[in-house]
Amino acid sequence: MSIDVSQFLETFYEESFEGLDTMESELLGLDVGAADSETINTIFRAAHSIKGGSGTFGLNAVADYTHLMETLLDEMRDGRRQVTEEAVNILLSSVDVLREMLTALRANSELEVDRISEAQQQLEALLGTAGADSAAEVESGQNNKDSAERGWRISFKPHLRLFKTGNDPARIFRELQALGDLTVQMDASDLPEYSYLDPEESYLQWELELKGDIKREALDDVFAWVEDDCVINITPLEPEESEQGSAEEADKTEVAAVAVKTVERRVGERRQENRRKGDRRGSANNESTSIRVGINKVDAVINLVGELVITQSMLSTLGKDFNMKKINKLLEGLDQLELNTRELQEQVMRMRMMPISFAFQRFPRLVHDLSQKMGKKIELKMSGEQTELDKTVIEKIGDPLVHLVRNSLDHGIESPQQRKEAGKPETGILSLHAYHQGGNIVIEVADDGAGLNAEKILAKAIQQGIVQEDVQLEEEQIYELIMLPGFSTAEKVSDVSGRGVGMDVVVRNIQSLGGSLEVTSEAGKGSKFIIRLPLTLAILDGQTVAVGDEDYIVPLISIIESIQVTGDMFHTVAGKGETFRLRDEHLPIIRLHEIFGGNPNTTELTEGLLVVVEGEGRKVGLFVDDLKGQQQVVIKSLEANYKKVDGISGATILGDGSVALILDIPGLIRLSNQHATDDKFKKIA
Amino acid sequence: MAKILAVDDSTSMRQMVTFTLKGAGYEVVEAADGVEALDKAKAQKFDLVLSDVNMPKMDGITLIRELRTLPAFKFTPILMLTTESTGEKKQEGKAAGATGWIVKPFNPEQLLATINKVLG
Repeated sequence: MSIDVSQFLETFYEESFEGLDTMESELLGLDVGAADSETINTIFRAAHSIKGGSGTFGLNAVADYTHLMETLLDEMRDGRRQVTEEAVNILLSSVDVLREMLTALRANSELEVDRISEAQQQLEALLGTAGADSAAEVESGQNNKDSAERGWRISFKPHLRLFKTGNDPARIFRELQALGDLTVQMDASDLPEYSYLDPEESYLQWELELKGDIKREALDDVFAWVEDDCVINITPLEPEESEQGSAEEADKTEVAAVAVKTVERRVGERRQENRRKGDRRGSANNESTSIRVGINKVDAVINLVGELVITQSMLSTLGKDFNMKKINKLLEGLDQLELNTRELQEQVMRMRMMPISFAFQRFPRLVHDLSQKMGKKIELKMSGEQTELDKTVIEKIGDPLVHLVRNSLDHGIESPQQRKEAGKPETGILSLHAYHQGGNIVIEVADDGAGLNAEKILAKAIQQGIVQEDVQLEEEQIYELIMLPGFSTAEKVSDVSGRGVGMDVVVRNIQSLGGSLEVTSEAGKGSKFIIRLPLTLAILDGQTVAVGDEDYIVPLISIIESIQVTGDMFHTVAGKGETFRLRDEHLPIIRLHEIFGGNPNTTELTEGLLVVVEGEGRKVGLFVDDLKGQQQVVIKSLEANYKKVDGISGATILGDGSVALILDIPGLIRLSNQHATDDKFKKIA
Repeated sequence: MAKILAVDDSTSMRQMVTFTLKGAGYEVVEAADGVEALDKAKAQKFDLVLSDVNMPKMDGITLIRELRTLPAFKFTPILMLTTESTGEKKQEGKAAGATGWIVKPFNPEQLLATINKVLG
């Protein structure tokens, strides 16, 4: 019976995949010929951990395979082997094979035996070790010869330093006792005079007799830890020897035997206890995904829960014996509760945050492989990898990012020849850049390639019937065409991109996360895809504003200020609608009631308020009746419950049970531009 | 109740070791590398240290050498977790002051038997 180790498998898989990612990125950064020993050590450590874990958790195929990798890496580490491109490539493909093996094992599916054994042969060929493991068999075979039927005589003289390794002769005797009948004779002749005696040193020696049919191997095991710290001599007992002495030492042995039995019983009890616990926990569901959270984050939550409990007990004490005199205390307590709840909520949200490096880490390999395949020279630059994002967002943003990167590699960056002709360096640069901006996380995928070809895109869009032939479009609007369903300019479907999954899917994925995608491009200089994602998916700090009977939530992060305006601040610009002057800027005014309807208390700009907000770099003033409170709101999807409304990012339920709409500021600004253009058209007509 | 310091950079190994030893009634404190282990060893006393060899920041051999310089760890049993391929590490570890080793891969029973044996 054994403790069920499968409960630790999920953690093992997770850390192994992380280890493989580390190996991969370090291998890619390895300078062939002049490898940095610390880098090799890091790679070695990752392989070593996977090997140790896989052996322990019973994944022997993985253990065998990593053993080969580890041997190769060990030779590199010690300088016995050169770091060659061949070796690095074999190690890289080994990382792939291991990743496949672990994925298959995790999913309980079949291993691809052929592929594994092929990869294994490659490694073995490089190592030159095929069929060289016969030494172990020879070694294990010779032990039979060394068993003595009667028993063993052992003379054991520890070196002075024995205690300093934490070893204790008593432990050794206990172990021997467990093997057979043990007789111990102590020799204290080396014990110095009391004044010279150092209690930290070992002066005693022993003559031991161990009776029974015991293999020499078992004895060697017992002494294995101390063999370098003692003089030891083990000889088989002669027949007559074994008879002698057994009587005279019988008493001693018996006492020792009792002690050993007690120990054994204790061990037995512990084992049983273990087994019970193991069974109970072993049945836990290991299919659910997990998240690894820094202990400091968990501690912060525990602290806050502690405070929450204190507040709660304070309030319930107050409630037991409440009268109106205590109202201030009650309000204080409720404030405290609000503070605790908010902090707790923030901390719990923080637990879900992970650095975006989790989504970025696959790209060095992807770029390495694809650029080799396409014969392009590409340097990948990444920055802001530590920017934190919600775990769900990280998981879902991976595929869209891969798509954008593949597109840039395939369509964006030109071949070295073309680049040379265009007077650019042969090596193209692909950059991934993540950063915070306001309440958003921005991820940019940029290349210094040829840029989008507006003419070609427009022609293709007309040909595919996406737009009318005589339409007049701004360059930016043309770029946006590539995000429409069914659009592809790829002449032929390549292995790299253009698999029929279009940019529209990328856009849809990003939008489903509450984000947006923007494209900028300059012919000959390159293009940039800008993904904007909300920091968190669920909760928002909002300012409630009133327009007539309606309440709207403005995300606090997008508010710059709120002002009451005077008559001399307005202008009406022909074709652009109303604007107002804020210090030295002129900003457009958006009247919420004109966009969403409703009956405002006033339509006079001087009687209401202007909330100055910023979205996607543009500032506008929102005209509202009044400001109400600030509060955190839980975002509910409007799409899921009703339908998508332009200018609205969602809805929430307020404390009094009523529903308020949450404004999508960038969307609102775009919408109002459209309104202005429509008006312009109307006026022209 | 004996207190054990378990040092390993692999979370799954630490989990397994901790689960096994706690199940047997031992108190277990975990550390993910040598530096963390040394910090913990300076702050509290342990009856046994169980340490992996290959770890980032500070490896197991250095950890053992450092631990042996602390008065409280002069005679404390320190066991290394090694793999057979790093056999030469055993010698290095012994020279640094290790009590013994447990060879990876091991199962929880082997681990527990060894620990019980050492702590008697």
